[in-house]
Amino acid sequence: MEILVTLSIGTLVAGGVYLLLRPRTFSTILGLSLLSYAANLFIFASSYLRTGLAPITSIKDQGFPDPLPQALVLTAIVISFGMTGFVVVLSLRAHADTGSDHVDCQADADKEGAA
Amino acid sequence: MSHLPILPVLLPALTAVTLLLTARLSEATQRAISILSMMGLVGVTITLVMEASSGAPTPYFLGDWAAPFGIVLVVDRLSALMVALTAAIGVAVVAYAAHGCDLEGRNFHTLLHFQIMGLNGAFLTGDIFNLFVFFEILLIASYGLMLHGGGRARISAGLHYVVLNLAGSALFVIALGMIYGSLGTLNMADLALRVRDVAPGMSVVVQSAALLLLVVFALKAALLPLYFWLPRTYGATSAPVAALFAIMTKVGVYSILRVYTLIFPGDAVVLDGLPGKVLLPAALATILLASLGAIAANSLRGMVSNLLIVSVGVMMTAIATFSEASLAAGLYYMIHSTLIVAALFLVVELIAAERGEMRDLLDPAPQVRRPVLLGIMFFVGAAAIGGLPPFGGFLGKVYVLQSTADIAGAPIIWGVVLAGSLLGIIGLVRSGSFVFWNTTPRPEVEASSEMVELRSDVPRERRAIFPAGTGSAALLLALVTAVAIFAGPISSYTDAAAAQLANPDGYIDAVLPEGVPAVEVYTGARK
Repeated sequence: MEILVTLSIGTLVAGGVYLLLRPRTFSTILGLSLLSYAANLFIFASSYLRTGLAPITSIKDQGFPDPLPQALVLTAIVISFGMTGFVVVLSLRAHADTGSDHVDCQADADKEGAA
Repeated sequence: MSHLPILPVLLPALTAVTLLLTARLSEATQRAISILSMMGLVGVTITLVMEASSGAPTPYFLGDWAAPFGIVLVVDRLSALMVALTAAIGVAVVAYAAHGCDLEGRNFHTLLHFQIMGLNGAFLTGDIFNLFVFFEILLIASYGLMLHGGGRARISAGLHYVVLNLAGSALFVIALGMIYGSLGTLNMADLALRVRDVAPGMSVVVQSAALLLLVVFALKAALLPLYFWLPRTYGATSAPVAALFAIMTKVGVYSILRVYTLIFPGDAVVLDGLPGKVLLPAALATILLASLGAIAANSLRGMVSNLLIVSVGVMMTAIATFSEASLAAGLYYMIHSTLIVAALFLVVELIAAERGEMRDLLDPAPQVRRPVLLGIMFFVGAAAIGGLPPFGGFLGKVYVLQSTADIAGAPIIWGVVLAGSLLGIIGLVRSGSFVFWNTTPRPEVEASSEMVELRSDVPRERRAIFPAGTGSAALLLALVTAVAIFAGPISSYTDAAAAQLANPDGYIDAVLPEGVPAVEVYTGARK
């Protein structure tokens, strides 16, 4: 289970960073989303991975998962979701205003990027 | 328990909501509400400074939850100083914006008050996840403010700014996950206690988290490898917003100060003084490169942005040694430089508004209409930011140099700081003489192409002559002068603030009078 979660976070970060460095706003936004998924999963995992436990309170002294990271991740999800929406609108606006979806808003870079 | 510490967060929040609800009322009403609230904030923050200067940090437990479990706000000398500085710049910015910039788009004052709320919250909070949340609030508001009015340059620079900060936020969240996973708490005072006896296996995680946080804060503070976003962003946005953003880089500086004196102090075994070792070379390189940038800038705004980065470098040079004297010097210089940079952004805009199509570009343009007044304002501002006596910049730099005299790399530090000042002064002299003396005859009929991008019906040129614009720039310049005149009381305040930072036990005792809570709530999930 640890290996699975670690690998998924690592893959998300790797993909996120790669996409973030791409020249198009669309891939940049995808990259940011992947990066924020990774960050959210990571903070979720900071309470350690335990399965089959009762939430919030302990039954028969088995222990219970820490509820705080779940609250933290909720906050982080809301923020990153809102910000993704904002960047989408902003890059649509940049496209409408400048006629290019390049992150530097260069109109001539369109042909270059397509090649 | 006094409810005063929550007011710097509540007042702007309520004002912002009120402004949204009354958005259909006249502009005059909106501006009046905005200015009145900002003045109220000045009153509140002055009271906070008075209270803070009398002694120990005051905690404010939100919802009266006990310290490590609930969120706590803490007013100590540093945070009180920061909110007061924010309010002072806020008043000048609101007054300046009220002469027309706020009509370039909608809801300017709402966004501005949300930004102030985020700033104040970040300065006051004693919980590191809450710090992240307030960072996000101030950033989201700053995206809106930065893009306010639209236009091609603003959107293109804004896209970079937003993407960069979102990536920074992702790093912040990851660092917080590492901190919570290894130390099991997010309350800063509690963290400070737990870092002292961290389990040996965990020290690598704590170390990485601390350095990751340093990257996030250095991005906000605009230190060397991470400052290239700043000149473009500040150059593209409107003048009052750029002036307000002068305090935004200080959020990064403040967070570095708070986190690396309280949670990861120099003597913490885990870090072994690593933050200082990283920060000092970065700060020195920032000074050099940004000074060259100030000379190379082709517009006044670009030059001021670069000088802002130089001032951050000087501040961080002082802070990076983390001694009590150098922290005090850094704080005094921060008060001065924040005010003067904000003032200069406004002065430059006043000049640009009277130079026709050339705006603030360093190309020959018609003489400004009020050469004497604007010339004096620019001269005073240039002398103050360049670090010439009698202004606070000179005193601040002397403090900074004095406080670093004893450490090993002193000759290098002195050399870089002084060379940076010299380069800055050369840049200022060059651009000042260019703007005021290298002029072309004023055309009979003013070209109107510059007004195309403006939404408002008032031409930019006429707006600047409205006294409020000049008044708020003059107010900030007066404050800058006051920082020099009252250097005695101000530096004794910053000395005391530095003493508080250097001895974090007072802060910890105030928040957690009984030490680490005996109840280990997290044991269920921990092995």
